[in-house]
Amino acid sequence: MSMNEEKKEFRPLIVAFCCNWCSYAGADLAGSSRLSYPADVKIIRVPCSGRVNPMFILRAFERGADGVIICGCHPGDCHYSTGNYYARRRMALLFSMLEYMGIENGRTRVEWCSAAEGAKFSKTMNEFCEKVKSLGENVRLGDLRCKN
Amino acid sequence: MQKIGVFVCHCGTNIAATVDVKKVVELVRYEPGVVFADDYMYMCSEAGQEKIIEAIKEYGLTGLVICSCSPRMHEKTFRACAEKAGLNPYMVEVANIREQCSWIHKDKEEATKKAVILARAAIAKVNLNTPLQEGESPVTKRALVIGGGIAGIQTALDIADAGYEVDIVEKEPSIGGRMSQFDKTFPTLDCASCILTPKMVEVNQHPNITLYTYSEVEKVSGYVGNFDVDIRKKARSVDFGKCTGCGECQTKGPLGKIGNIPSEFDRGLKNRPAIYMPFAQAVPAVPVIDRENCTYFKTGKCGVCAKICPSKAVDYEQQDEIVTVKYGAIVVATGFDIINLDKYGEYAYNECPDVITSIELERLMNAAGPTGGHLERMSDHKAPKEIVFIQCVGSRCDDDKGKPYCSKVCCMYTAKHAMLIKDHWPDTNITVFYIDVRTPGKNFDEFYRRAVEQYHVNYIKGQVGKVKPQPDGSIIVQAADLLDGKQINKKCDMVVLAAAIEPNPGVRKIATMLTASIDNNNFLTEAHAKLRPVESPTAGIFLSGMAQGPKDIPETVSQAGAAAVKVVGLLAKDKLKTNPCTAQCDTLLCNGCSTCANVCPYGAITYEDVQVNDHGLRETRRVAQVNVALCQGCGACTSACPSGAMDLQGFSNRQITTEVDAICR
Amino acid sequence: MTELEKNIEIIKEISGSDPYKCMRCGKCTASCPAYSEMDIKPHQFASYIIRGDLEELIDSKAAWKCLSCFACIERCPRDVQPGKLVDATRQIVARQRGGDYLQPEEVPELLAEDLPQQLLVSAFRRYRR
Repeated sequence: MSMNEEKKEFRPLIVAFCCNWCSYAGADLAGSSRLSYPADVKIIRVPCSGRVNPMFILRAFERGADGVIICGCHPGDCHYSTGNYYARRRMALLFSMLEYMGIENGRTRVEWCSAAEGAKFSKTMNEFCEKVKSLGENVRLGDLRCKN
Repeated sequence: MQKIGVFVCHCGTNIAATVDVKKVVELVRYEPGVVFADDYMYMCSEAGQEKIIEAIKEYGLTGLVICSCSPRMHEKTFRACAEKAGLNPYMVEVANIREQCSWIHKDKEEATKKAVILARAAIAKVNLNTPLQEGESPVTKRALVIGGGIAGIQTALDIADAGYEVDIVEKEPSIGGRMSQFDKTFPTLDCASCILTPKMVEVNQHPNITLYTYSEVEKVSGYVGNFDVDIRKKARSVDFGKCTGCGECQTKGPLGKIGNIPSEFDRGLKNRPAIYMPFAQAVPAVPVIDRENCTYFKTGKCGVCAKICPSKAVDYEQQDEIVTVKYGAIVVATGFDIINLDKYGEYAYNECPDVITSIELERLMNAAGPTGGHLERMSDHKAPKEIVFIQCVGSRCDDDKGKPYCSKVCCMYTAKHAMLIKDHWPDTNITVFYIDVRTPGKNFDEFYRRAVEQYHVNYIKGQVGKVKPQPDGSIIVQAADLLDGKQINKKCDMVVLAAAIEPNPGVRKIATMLTASIDNNNFLTEAHAKLRPVESPTAGIFLSGMAQGPKDIPETVSQAGAAAVKVVGLLAKDKLKTNPCTAQCDTLLCNGCSTCANVCPYGAITYEDVQVNDHGLRETRRVAQVNVALCQGCGACTSACPSGAMDLQGFSNRQITTEVDAICR
Repeated sequence: MTELEKNIEIIKEISGSDPYKCMRCGKCTASCPAYSEMDIKPHQFASYIIRGDLEELIDSKAAWKCLSCFACIERCPRDVQPGKLVDATRQIVARQRGGDYLQPEEVPELLAEDLPQQLLVSAFRRYRR
């Protein structure tokens, strides 16, 4: 790493899991409303927040992600009735375990965002990016081979 | 190894203005698996699609990545395009570089970088895509309606009129449901039976409708388009073919007309004999013998009804019969009842015969009711002069006694009762104690105002604290007028309680059989509260009437029609295409723990004993089986599975992991 | 947190009831046997707590005339239980004066066994002002 690059502003790498029915559509709405959020956020489409296996999140941190956010339908609005409830419980447990392992709670988040909430999506992503940025680079759990 | 073609769309300037499209093409060209990459102004246009088809043929592409707008917009278009060129449509992935990239970023360098990463993730995913086939399942062109009230009747009529066969299963001896018990209906004050009876007769005579009265659904198996339902036809003890419905058996029985069993239809205000039709206009007009209360069945002696039946229709030997019928769709229209008031000692319902529920009042006001339509006190048969109505008895309660929801119909029917009473007996004083008067609906508030302005019904805001029956036969109602700040001890002759409604208690059992989800209040849950209000999340199950939530008759009828259209839409198809993105179980990894079946919202997972050959070791194992016709592809089972045996086609663990890897590279 | 906010939190905690659940149905007021003595009616307790008019509630006759008969607690359909709110208000006063505890030896020996414990506590709060 050259001295020049080191001086550059820290840009976090954020993986967002968005459910196909609400949050992904919310992200699309944020796009069509031109509500910007940092390019650091990369969205992965999943059918339901309940599809997000904890392994995916661990994998993301292992591969150098600095923050992971899971977005689903609002409680009670899940396209598949109950997927987001399972996600909520599962993530509550996972995040407390991650915190124990040194991955701060600020690096993980679950947010409910409907297909009509483009503004909320953009706001959430901006906030989350700021938060992760303030926490700096994630050094825990990272597979050293993945960092250059 | 896949041969992947990447196509980057400019979308005019929508993408190209912020993303250096040419650079994206250059950078993804050397990704693993990519054999072809190109850009075009409008990928979704005819010419753009032509380009894709040509490339598929020329380079023998096995996978496509389209970097364009959201997959929610054009995924279907590009899948159809792939299919045209002979490529499996599920080998297409879309990288969303418009809504989630070019439109939200301003810096061209940054946006281009992100577009490349998104394209890489899609390429990595396509590398692991497998061709998926949409399954097909046949549709049995027959519908089942559970419940023969106004909701079930209307649904059945609408389906039958569209040309499909419908069966109605009703557990009571007659169809008609609650509405047949009512006197008049709001806000027009039509007589309930005048508008319902013709519909009941129509159901009975419709060539496409089969009625199973005095019957219950016993077992349901199968899935959308292919349900197998066992219906128990309870022994009626009266031969359907022979009975002419003359009614002799009921009038000339051992106790004559009176009978000694509280009539369910008249809410216990009148007695009935053991052989009975619930009401005069019953459909079918064939009585049943209530075997629990029949002297012949209890003691073996009597048999009077068999002797007097002119057509020899009484058959004591009849047995319950179970028929199995195939259906394509099932409508739940199980309706409602009012809550049990045992927990509300303060209203003295069990203590005093002159404290009645609204539905009992309906019977008392009905010309065919126990008093022939004369409103009288049940204790001394005198006409009440001072009547108090109490609203929200058990509704809007947040404790363990009542229901948390508003029962929705009480405000309106109370105004109706008040007006009807004032119409017939103008010297009656009526007081209504309310918490809020809720009358949204066409001509509803006008209706309520009419009760106040024209009929001078006394509305007082304040829930009643206690109802105190007095030794002299009168009743004192203790309440507070919250607006005037007064405590009131109102002396009256009759108290009418607007008891909360609740779903028919039997609905829980039916919902379990259908794997239809149900909420905390035992109302059936709709697939989407706003956009799919008459469908259950379980495919092929539809909702009609009060079973879904409190509603009045006009709403019930409109919902019944909506459910019927949904059913017809399903039955009109010869074959159902099934979503190929379904869960799959790796039987070698599955340990049969049932975790997946517990989280599955659709009941799509069953267990089966299979012979497996695990590295030469032959054994029988209990493993999960996914019914792909039921599976909607939510993936709840995949994240719940402790052994990793469950995976979701199209969004497999490996595919998502590889996307994560590509993004975090 | 101001003193007032703290006290209101304490009231919610002691009473275990959420004043925001009240829908002003007035069943408590209808049931109240001390109605004529109450300058603030039971159905108003919740709004006093919500508004933070604690001083007024403490200074009211109602807070001390409440008989702790539990009719409102028994019948409240929303689980707000105004009687408990008033009881908790008394407790706040008792605590402010210090010595909010009762020595075991002060409890009379001869008490009917089937008296609800809550009633005793309420009575002590009321009469030991």
